[in-house]
Amino acid sequence: MTAAAKKERRKPPLGIVTRPGSSLRNKTGPWGIMRPVFDCEKCTGCNTCESICPEGCIRHLEKKVYEADTEFCKGCGMCAEACPSDAITMAEERR
Amino acid sequence: MRKMIEGSMAVAEAVGLCRPDVISAYPITPQTHIVEELSQMVADGVIDAEYVRVESEHSAASVCLGAVAAGSRAYSATTSQGLLLMAEVLYNIAGMRLPLVITGVNRAVSAPLSIWNDHQDTLALRDTGWLQLYAENSQEVLDMHIQAYKISEDDRVLLPVMVCMDGFILTHTYETVDVPSPEEVDAFLPPYDPLYRLDPSDPYTLGAYAGPEMYQEVRYEIQRDALASKEVVKEVARDFQAAFGRWFGDVIESYRAEDADLVFVAMGSVVGTLKDWVDAQREKGEKVGLLKLRCFRPFPVEEVREALSKAKRVVVLEKAVAVGGHGIVTPEVQAALYGQAKTPPVTCAIAGLGGRDVTIETIDEIKQRAESGESEFFAGLRTELLEAS
Repeated sequence: MTAAAKKERRKPPLGIVTRPGSSLRNKTGPWGIMRPVFDCEKCTGCNTCESICPEGCIRHLEKKVYEADTEFCKGCGMCAEACPSDAITMAEERR
Repeated sequence: MRKMIEGSMAVAEAVGLCRPDVISAYPITPQTHIVEELSQMVADGVIDAEYVRVESEHSAASVCLGAVAAGSRAYSATTSQGLLLMAEVLYNIAGMRLPLVITGVNRAVSAPLSIWNDHQDTLALRDTGWLQLYAENSQEVLDMHIQAYKISEDDRVLLPVMVCMDGFILTHTYETVDVPSPEEVDAFLPPYDPLYRLDPSDPYTLGAYAGPEMYQEVRYEIQRDALASKEVVKEVARDFQAAFGRWFGDVIESYRAEDADLVFVAMGSVVGTLKDWVDAQREKGEKVGLLKLRCFRPFPVEEVREALSKAKRVVVLEKAVAVGGHGIVTPEVQAALYGQAKTPPVTCAIAGLGGRDVTIETIDEIKQRAESGESEFFAGLRTELLEAS
């Protein structure tokens, strides 16, 4: 359908998301009350935390250094549970 | 072309003429001949559709959801338990504002198991966001399917339509119907032109999460558009009459009710019996009439109010009971009349559950009991079967 023809019709009803990328705009980080804290001394750089994170918010910065993006981390703790070296602890988030 | 066919076949003919792209159904009980005939038509190449046979009605509804979301015209049919199994998906189809037509063949719900007619299945789904139309006979149900796609796909509506027809009484009965030509239907019903559809080059998300800051507004829009769709139902009925010369009413049909003291309200095939009864009573000089509800969702409040404005007594004959409450149609009629200057007494007569015939004698009994002041009762009850209490 041409843009002109589309213009004559109604707007899509509410609830129909017409722009892609809303999952990036919707910051889910504030939902969380816990945050992972990474201990670089214990970390072996195995990548388990990065790959298990359901939110995909853990970044591998360098060999044994990881970071959770707090704008999206919901504090579920799966990374801490999965870490084979016990290098991640969950700490209470204070805002 | 006039044909002598079963009600189910009339529906299959109508759906075929609407050129669906996708038909999905669960083929086993409680199914009707509708989808059996459609599968034959697809196999024979009579209609160019994808026929998806699935493992449950929940899946059939889900396939239709996906098909419409991808921009197709889709169809399914089911009844009683199968319709209830679809329920979760039916809410989603309406919530995603997807135009779809399914036939809700009216049959009783279990337990006890019954394959016979009443209205308890579709009426249980009255709050799903689907429009619900109820047909009186085979010709009306044939025409109603063609109208239903036009209503559903209208930009002002974008809500699915359930065409409700009485199981057995209509689906398994042979009647003469006028089947329009493909050219006539094509001229009336243009191909589906979706306002939005799933397309990688122009992405949309349907049915995504809506938080407390937005959900209520989405529901408000559905309610607003469902209520406003009444005008589209009327418009399409008029357009259909202009194109095909047939009229079965729009949202209601008032039958000899204008000067009637006692007006019955009913929907579905029992309307035909009631019309005969009204004619016979009129012969005897009784001022009785009938209000046929053709559209139950949206409920035509103003039209019902207007049609019953002169009635001295209203009797709703309904084939459903809201267990622990009342009937299902009756409270809607009462709500429509509430607060009027002269509100007639409204009697709720529950009859015809699980395939019990509603005969002229049943209607006589209902009239007599209503006039003696009973406000709510089961008509034609076999009291000898009931445990002594």
